Amino acid sequence: MSGESTYQPNNGFTKWMDTRLPLLRLAHDSFVDYPTPKNLNYWWTFGGILTFCLVTQIITGIILAMHYTPHVDHAFNSVEHIMRNVNHGWLIRYIHANGASMFFLAVYIHIFRGMYYGSYKAPREVLWILGVIIYLLMMAAAFMGYVLPWGQMSLWGATVITNLFGAIPLVGDSIATWLWGGFSVDNPTLNRFFSLHYLIPFLIFGVVILHIWALHVPGNNNPVGISVKSEQDTVPFHPYYTVKDGFALVVFMILFSYFVFFAPNVLGHADNYIPANPLVTPAHIVPEWYLLPFYAILRAVPDKLGGVIAMVGAIFILFVLPWLDTSKIRSARYRPLFKQFFLIFVVNCLVLGYLGAMPAEGVYITLARICTIYYFAHFLIILPLLGLVEKPMEIPESISASILPETAASPAE
Amino acid sequence: MNRLSALVFSALLTAGLFITGAEAAGDAKHPEAIDWSFKGLFGTYDRDSLRRGYKVYTEVCASCHSMNQLRFRNLSQPGGPEFTAPEVKAIAADFTVEDGPDDYGDMFDRPGLPKDGFVNPFPNVQAARAANGGAYPPDLSLITKARSGGPDYIYALLTGYEDPPAGMKMRDGLYYNPYMAGGKIAMAAPLLEDLIEYTDGSAASVEQMSYDVVTFLNWAAEPELEERKQTGFMVLIYLTVFAGLLFFSMRRIWADKH
Repeated sequence: MSGESTYQPNNGFTKWMDTRLPLLRLAHDSFVDYPTPKNLNYWWTFGGILTFCLVTQIITGIILAMHYTPHVDHAFNSVEHIMRNVNHGWLIRYIHANGASMFFLAVYIHIFRGMYYGSYKAPREVLWILGVIIYLLMMAAAFMGYVLPWGQMSLWGATVITNLFGAIPLVGDSIATWLWGGFSVDNPTLNRFFSLHYLIPFLIFGVVILHIWALHVPGNNNPVGISVKSEQDTVPFHPYYTVKDGFALVVFMILFSYFVFFAPNVLGHADNYIPANPLVTPAHIVPEWYLLPFYAILRAVPDKLGGVIAMVGAIFILFVLPWLDTSKIRSARYRPLFKQFFLIFVVNCLVLGYLGAMPAEGVYITLARICTIYYFAHFLIILPLLGLVEKPMEIPESISASILPETAASPAE
Repeated sequence: MNRLSALVFSALLTAGLFITGAEAAGDAKHPEAIDWSFKGLFGTYDRDSLRRGYKVYTEVCASCHSMNQLRFRNLSQPGGPEFTAPEVKAIAADFTVEDGPDDYGDMFDRPGLPKDGFVNPFPNVQAARAANGGAYPPDLSLITKARSGGPDYIYALLTGYEDPPAGMKMRDGLYYNPYMAGGKIAMAAPLLEDLIEYTDGSAASVEQMSYDVVTFLNWAAEPELEERKQTGFMVLIYLTVFAGLLFFSMRRIWADKH
């Protein structure tokens, strides 16, 4: 952690503990006295919100698993059993199902915030990479979780995604058979997906600990993107950011509650309330909203293997983002051109999401191709070039100077 | 950044919503929005409508459609039709349920009890298909959640039967309904004026019966709806007050730093 530890054990037990396992010292240095830039805005509250989302998913998930049956003959009915017969089962399940959407909403804001303020740049590359790993694990967990209710979209979504492995040359079919535990998505697939769906959140939890560790070594980035220079620039995490994160979290929970209590199925698909039937294919197979941009990229490429490569590449390109961006300036605040291109990139992602929900035909497929090309161009052409041609604006001397421009300027007047 | 933030945030937020709406494409006629009693933040089920709807369901729908997720006892639980316990006993006793095996290993028939599930009209899917010209009448427990358009769609389907447009060939056993994807449905118009006799004196028009039975079906799919919204209000009020307290605490804590 940056700086000397200021932890003072103040009673016999904590002194005894501190010389054996300094857990309280770790907690104190990480979440109480941790020096944090004093100019963090609300976009920085999503780290705490995401921790809340993860814990909520784990707790509700453990309770659901007590009542759920991972078998093709019983899965659908056991979910309805939870909804109808388990005390407050509807609440637990709706929190878990909508919690996945809220988790992704928060993670997308968190990722875009990192992109806008250049939080992936040195010395935070490892922090960023760990974040991308968490995001990948989240997608795996969400995909497998969506299979568990064993509705029509569960079965057919799983069929589409697992079939992608069949596109791998030579060994593709064997890998698909191995994943399924048979020759199609069936009971063995459901069973192992349940097992993995239970495992992955704990993997995420482990990587989150590394993510926070990697955050606390260089310390937080901040909206002006310049490093902390003196104690003037920081405040202790507690109470300043515990209260700010707390406020933002509760506002987020209001949105979350709206979906859980008043629109619990609006983010889902009606077909998933039809029990899975291998003999009937739904008219449109679509993933959950948070995976739609990648689904659009997958279908934009006319070749199956090419589509898979593009989709996987769209995620994996994030790993090398710190080295594709050639600008030394972190925050978009001082990068007038990047700011515009960032906005176009966000809109492009949203349009890809929209196209992912549309049938892959006609004008939609053309648009999806243009957007896919732009997606990659943003990383491979625009970002490397921008750093070379862009003339950044003048950067303030320090974080303190950036916050109080008037007071800093007034003595000189 | 503010304009940008607002844009990005609201776009992300609505993306899911408008995508789920936009995906309901196809060639079918779009159902009209009905003013359901259970619609909106404050909506609750109309108890009388639920009871009439149950009557329509048992006398009409139940001759072909199953309702596997429901038990007779659900009919008396809070937030539903709220029949009294003796009424539910009497309703259940009207049905014959197969039970067993008994001490001699034989299955036997007995009158239904509140704990029993709704009785299926057919012993299995094959029998249901055989009796319905090859088409399987779907289970109705979740039908309003399992169709895009929800209760509006079911209502439109029940009231929307028409003569097929000129030139459209209808195979025997298929009927024209503009709200059905493809326009062809294997269920004949199930509701006709005065098909049933309401005990509360309501006129049994097709619209009234449809409204009542869809209200009942929506309850069958979402029996927790009233409790959910009530709990939701408490949660929202609690969180709003909590957010307010945190906001003023934050202002106070940060006062010396700005």
